[in-house]
Amino acid sequence: MSKKNWPLWEIFVRSKNGLEHRHFGSLHAADAEMALENARDVYTRRNEGVSIWVTESKHITASNPKNNGELFEPAQDKVYRHPTFYDLPDEVKHM
Amino acid sequence: MKENLYNYILGIADNSLILGQRIGELCGHGPSLETDIACTNISLDLLGQVRSYFQYAAKIAGDERTEDDIAMLRKERDYKNVLLVEQPNSNFAYTIGRQFLFDVYHLTFLAELQKSTDLTLSAIANKCIKEVSYHERFSSDWVKRLGDGTVESKEKMQEAINDLWTYTDELFHQTKADKAMVLESVGVDVTKLKGDYYKRVKDLLEEATLKIPESKWFQKGGKEGVHTEHLGYLLSDLQYMQRTYPNMEW
Repeated sequence: MSKKNWPLWEIFVRSKNGLEHRHFGSLHAADAEMALENARDVYTRRNEGVSIWVTESKHITASNPKNNGELFEPAQDKVYRHPTFYDLPDEVKHM
Repeated sequence: MKENLYNYILGIADNSLILGQRIGELCGHGPSLETDIACTNISLDLLGQVRSYFQYAAKIAGDERTEDDIAMLRKERDYKNVLLVEQPNSNFAYTIGRQFLFDVYHLTFLAELQKSTDLTLSAIANKCIKEVSYHERFSSDWVKRLGDGTVESKEKMQEAINDLWTYTDELFHQTKADKAMVLESVGVDVTKLKGDYYKRVKDLLEEATLKIPESKWFQKGGKEGVHTEHLGYLLSDLQYMQRTYPNMEW
């Protein structure tokens, strides 16, 4: 049997209304519709979601870990960029 | 005991029980991880539905019988499922073909059962129909993919539909319990579902670029307890634990 694998898809699930979609994982599917159905079966069978996004993994452009130094390290010593000098009321969630 | 109602419930539940067991065989053996989980989900949906039916049946029986006894301890001839659902997973096209031919029926059947004057049955139907809508979506989708897929997948899908076609007519046969329950507006008159069923099936087969089988000869017997040779093997798997360790619980 020839082993032609289906393309890889990245799956994003919104756990409840008001929250953003989060990356849940990846799976194989022949097309977007099948990816949605597979995602429903693989990632939402325990009532984890109210909405699913799928995108083929090849459409994601990722940063190269080799460039982490120039990309991320300059932010490490700039503590004043964090809004930590404000008191947040308890009612504000998900910040 | 209401004999007819009891038998009527078993007639409905046995279809889901045997199909659930059959498709559950793919757990860990599906063609891909994703379809494996999908098939196992469908199996679990069906077995969950079966529990509601058998709990109700046990209540009607009103004796020592439990839902487990009804599910696990009957003899082959006492299972009233249609022959279609006991057919083996010869290949993925058969699994999908069997599921599709049953799902289309199951969906139209449940839509009618929701109107039952028996409130428990209509409530069970109401709960099951969402699950079954998804089953039908899944199996129809795969019939289209395989039918309108490669030369090899089309050939296998066509062969499965041709072979399974002979078991479709039995879905619309009525048992004594069926007729009695229709008279009481508890049961669904399956003879009236036939036209709609074949129309939906044929429309989808056409969409899948498959030929509609022409055979006019149909198998029957499951509803009366006369099964194909496949059921005995399935039951020996299903019943093994209860037969070997009677009354075991976990």
